Amino acid sequence: MSDIYLDNNATTKVDPVVVDAMIPYFLEQYGNPSSIHKFADGVARGLKQARQQVQALIGCEHDSEIIFTSCGTESNSTALLSAIKAQPNKKEIITTTVEHPAILSLCDYLEKDGYTIHRMPVDKAGRLNLESYKKLLSDQVAIVSVMWANNETGTIFPVAEMAEMANAAGVMFHTDAVQAVGKIPMMLQDTKIDMLSLSGHKLHAPKGIGVLYLRRGTRYRPLLRGGHQERGRRAGTENSASIVGLGKACELALEFIEYENTKVKAMRDRLERGITEQIQHCFVTGDLYNRLPNTTDIAFEYIEGESILMLLNKAGIAASSGSACTSGSLEPSHVMRAMDIPYTAAHGTIRFSFSRYNSMSEVDEVLKVMPGIVATLRKLSPYWDGNGPVADPEKAFAPTYA
Amino acid sequence: MWDYSDKVKEHFFNPKNAGAVVDANATGEVGSISCGDALRLTLKVDDDSEVILEAGFQTFGCGSAIASSSVLTEIIKGMTLDEAMKVTNQDIADHLEGLPPEKMHCSVMGREALHAAIANYRGEEWKDDHEEGALICKCFAIDAVMIEEMVWANKLRTVEDVTNFTKAGGGCASCHEDIEAILEKVLAEKGEKFDPTVAPVEAPAKIAAVKTPLTNLQRIKKIEQVLESLRPALMADGGDVELVEVIGNTAYVNMTGACNGCQMAAMTIAGIQQRLMEVMGEFIKVVPATEMAKLVNIGVA
Repeated sequence: MSDIYLDNNATTKVDPVVVDAMIPYFLEQYGNPSSIHKFADGVARGLKQARQQVQALIGCEHDSEIIFTSCGTESNSTALLSAIKAQPNKKEIITTTVEHPAILSLCDYLEKDGYTIHRMPVDKAGRLNLESYKKLLSDQVAIVSVMWANNETGTIFPVAEMAEMANAAGVMFHTDAVQAVGKIPMMLQDTKIDMLSLSGHKLHAPKGIGVLYLRRGTRYRPLLRGGHQERGRRAGTENSASIVGLGKACELALEFIEYENTKVKAMRDRLERGITEQIQHCFVTGDLYNRLPNTTDIAFEYIEGESILMLLNKAGIAASSGSACTSGSLEPSHVMRAMDIPYTAAHGTIRFSFSRYNSMSEVDEVLKVMPGIVATLRKLSPYWDGNGPVADPEKAFAPTYA
Repeated sequence: MWDYSDKVKEHFFNPKNAGAVVDANATGEVGSISCGDALRLTLKVDDDSEVILEAGFQTFGCGSAIASSSVLTEIIKGMTLDEAMKVTNQDIADHLEGLPPEKMHCSVMGREALHAAIANYRGEEWKDDHEEGALICKCFAIDAVMIEEMVWANKLRTVEDVTNFTKAGGGCASCHEDIEAILEKVLAEKGEKFDPTVAPVEAPAKIAAVKTPLTNLQRIKKIEQVLESLRPALMADGGDVELVEVIGNTAYVNMTGACNGCQMAAMTIAGIQQRLMEVMGEFIKVVPATEMAKLVNIGVA
């Protein structure tokens, strides 16, 4: 059995077809797209095609609404900073407590500059309350930034509805759709979403390429000024090979979107069911009925995530954890804390995220080793006693703070 | 993933003395569930000789927490309680062939559990004197709480002050923004304003910069002076530095105490070299004295 990769929300393998499409742009058409000679004359065509492939996947009205950037983080920063630059009199931003750090750290930083940041809380299933959202919308708000799908739990937010509400209140709406694009169908031209971020490496394109979708007519200020690239909206020589690769990857994603929502989902469901049936004291986090088809995030109580990952890795299985230790911080994942998952479980969350490259036999392989891994670690845990948790674990073991 | 040593992996994949000791007469419990690390250490101590006959651990935590617990039980078995009291967290890290800076707190937790268990055996109350904050300086493993306390206690005002007093920020410098944030916060609590341009609180020991070329004797004296000025910071961490030999522009030093074998030693040596070059105004290379032995050997061969 070769190694099993179930960490596709972290990043994905580049599709070999994508690599093939890119190679001529390294070796033959390597000219600067702005140059007038035969080393460059095919590049503009390549970029145009890529723009149209991205357009088809996200369903936007014009291909000129696609701005190529270097990554999802750049797209997110550009969106927020553009909104506040273009509307200097508006000093509030609405976002959620469970956004990616690419949004949250930027908001923390803007807060120091005097912006008021409304970080909407989520309930125990990771859902937002739209009533309270509505109350926050006002003419003081420069932008709403809400992720389309959560990277840890896969929970989907009702961004189309929220964009309508923002639009009705005259507020710009941005969505970080890095995890959603290519996994769920979307038709941006039918929504009121003004800006959307996506990242190539989450959908089998290479790392270092992203997109900011910018609805035509949305007031905009570039983050990078300089040359005329991307119609002056994002200066810097085009990463032509990666742009072409992203285009190809978007074309493939559109082709496989049904597969993603049937076959990939079936693998995820089988793994999830198998684990929760075989192992006591574990539960799935997030909104189970409104999730990405490829993601499951399971909290194993009374044991710690990094330990689980190390044993999984030894068994040739790659996944992720929301535990504090895996990131080097002291707190478990902010997403788990926001959902009020108890500490005894939050540190033991493992995210398995699939792609079209996974198979059912891999699911069976994980199901074979997972119960043993959990049992091994529980044997070491002061919160576990033989066949179950110690009675009232938080009290039975209440150590001095260290 | 962390770059764990083979020893850490060995103790994690095959932990020694896992589980509670039956008939234990000493128990130490430390850690915090919110931080994701908690350790219960149980010991069986011979009442006459005070020798630790058996040691067992139960740990909720990451790979290095489990490895630290496991290696701790191996270290202390057969020791008397007095001997065991001398085991430091550095000893635990050394037995594991080093820990990443973010994970040094796992070894601290081991030592604390040991102290708590011994206090429990002796009928004393063990008090934790150390609160841990978010790691700020990854080069020297200094956390936010430590920096805040030093800022309060010593009326520090600038990043340079913080580096002089805690070493934080003295390596790669990428944490300077975080240190400024701490300064802003603490100074605001004191009703002051952070100003990056104010003069250092207490200029590091004044050593006149050298102008003319040095004789070797002058050079050695100057190097000694600089090391003397750096010594307090090293000793605060339980370490020290000793000048062994100066050959040309190369100074051979021994890192002693807690610095010996510490993963940070290389970083500290680089810091010493930087400081020396600033004061001496010439290129000085600082090399561990162990390298000198190799040099001599090569010379002989």
